[in-house]
Amino acid sequence: MSTILSIENLRKFYDGGFEALKGVSLDIAEGEILALLGPNGAGKTTLISTVCGITTPSSGRVTVGGHDIQSDFRAARQMIGLVPQEIALEPFEKVMNTVRFSRGLFGHRRDDARMEEILRKLSLWEKRNAAIRELSGGMKRRVLIAKALAHEPRVLFLDEPTAGVDVELRKDMWDIVAELKRAGVTIILTTHYIEEAEAIADRVGVINNGELLLVQDKASLMAQMGQKQIEVMLVERIDAIPDALSSYELALNGAGDSLIYTYDVHGERTGITALLNDVAQAGLTLRDVSTRQSSLEEIFVSLVSEDAA
Amino acid sequence: MNWAAIAAIYRFEMTRFFRTLLQSFFSPVLSTSLYFVVFGTAIGSRIQEIEGVSYGAFIVPGLIMLSVVMLAISNASFGIYFPKFLGTIYELLSAPVNFLEIVIGYVGAAATKALFVGLVILATATLFVEIRIQHPLAMAAFLILTCLSFSLLGFIIGIWAGNFEQMSLVPQLVVTPLIFLGGTFYSITMLPPVWQTVTLFNPVVYLISGFRWSFYGLADVPIGLSLLAIAAFTGGCLAVIWWIFKTGWRIRS
Repeated sequence: MSTILSIENLRKFYDGGFEALKGVSLDIAEGEILALLGPNGAGKTTLISTVCGITTPSSGRVTVGGHDIQSDFRAARQMIGLVPQEIALEPFEKVMNTVRFSRGLFGHRRDDARMEEILRKLSLWEKRNAAIRELSGGMKRRVLIAKALAHEPRVLFLDEPTAGVDVELRKDMWDIVAELKRAGVTIILTTHYIEEAEAIADRVGVINNGELLLVQDKASLMAQMGQKQIEVMLVERIDAIPDALSSYELALNGAGDSLIYTYDVHGERTGITALLNDVAQAGLTLRDVSTRQSSLEEIFVSLVSEDAA
Repeated sequence: MNWAAIAAIYRFEMTRFFRTLLQSFFSPVLSTSLYFVVFGTAIGSRIQEIEGVSYGAFIVPGLIMLSVVMLAISNASFGIYFPKFLGTIYELLSAPVNFLEIVIGYVGAAATKALFVGLVILATATLFVEIRIQHPLAMAAFLILTCLSFSLLGFIIGIWAGNFEQMSLVPQLVVTPLIFLGGTFYSITMLPPVWQTVTLFNPVVYLISGFRWSFYGLADVPIGLSLLAIAAFTGGCLAVIWWIFKTGWRIRS
């Protein structure tokens, strides 16, 4: 797939010298969903704001569909839609008017059929003549998405789209994102909910202290970085790990009836066969065995803590 | 130029105006009527005429300027400050519009609203006094230029302001005294010579004098100087806005 968004060595210094982005480079393919993960203050919003034109880059280059965001800002911004983190809407304005305003702002002529399509897709059609202040928080977020889609962008930025929303609405958002992807829209979302990235992203980028620590295909990231654990459940409780098993890095659970062994899936030898043999030899009787793969969250936490070290 | 964006901003701002049309219409009618009652009747009964014009008619151009200037500033400053306050400015900054288009949209709408109110006040004044307009073209030009230039000033204030208090600071502490001391309710020839000289440093004097000249042919300062003053003021505001555009001051980090 072709690259639709290209970021090269992007740096951002704020007044006072704080470096929010330390030379970020990233290519995003058309039609993919990229999740940018990072703790608060990592530089996620600065990255999005810079690409969208809200913040001026200190150095580096960004192109959208081949258009430079500074020298050819009109063509570049025309392709971008932005759903901000905070709910920012004029409270007294009607839903339809505010979405129509967004379309006009991007240089498009009024198109009522298109407006209806967008509002229906986001379940806002019935509320089109309602004032924004009459809407629930979830509905307001939908209005923000409708505004971002009003000019039919090819790249959509969602800055923490599900921050502070309930579980049901979060699932709704994921459905909306999936539908936009089907329609061919490239989506870049920031989140600190790992499960969100795990559920909807094609690729995951981890950002911390203004640096992109990695960008990788989600499945391969999990496979590559993932550690697996095997839990050996015992019939009888034990107080301590037998000496015969001391060569393994084992942990005993709190109840004393499970041994937990962590291993690397990609290691030459996982040591599982030997462990199970030795467990039997040590006179322990197995009740059950289960395995568990580490989640993206654990990968993320380990990456960020390594970065901090 | 992104004309569709300019039109979108203009329409959006005018919608706000039409939403509160009753207030927009009756408030200037009421305040003008009050000025006529208080100044026209109470003071006018003591000052019969100024250079052949009845006192009530004499204050009309100044009254129009007073309202137009205050409204142009408040409309334009509110127009751009409100999106900053609500956070909706992200949309303007991420849209394919340049600063000039944003200025035209907001200043155009603010100036239109001020012009509307100016005309409402003029119409209201005709109910109280007999008004003649000797130089209608000059009157229209002064009125429109005033609406535009003070909307530009309001826009600058809206960009500068960090809170609502700061928004009202300049209109209340600077503009209101300048207007009241700028010959709205009197001719500066009625002042002692020293104060006449001091008053000449007040830029609003030139504005009101020129505007009054377009009505009655009466002027405190030469009409050319009035035109030059308003042109210089507009130019000054445009220069500041150009600088804001260049530097992104208080808008883009």
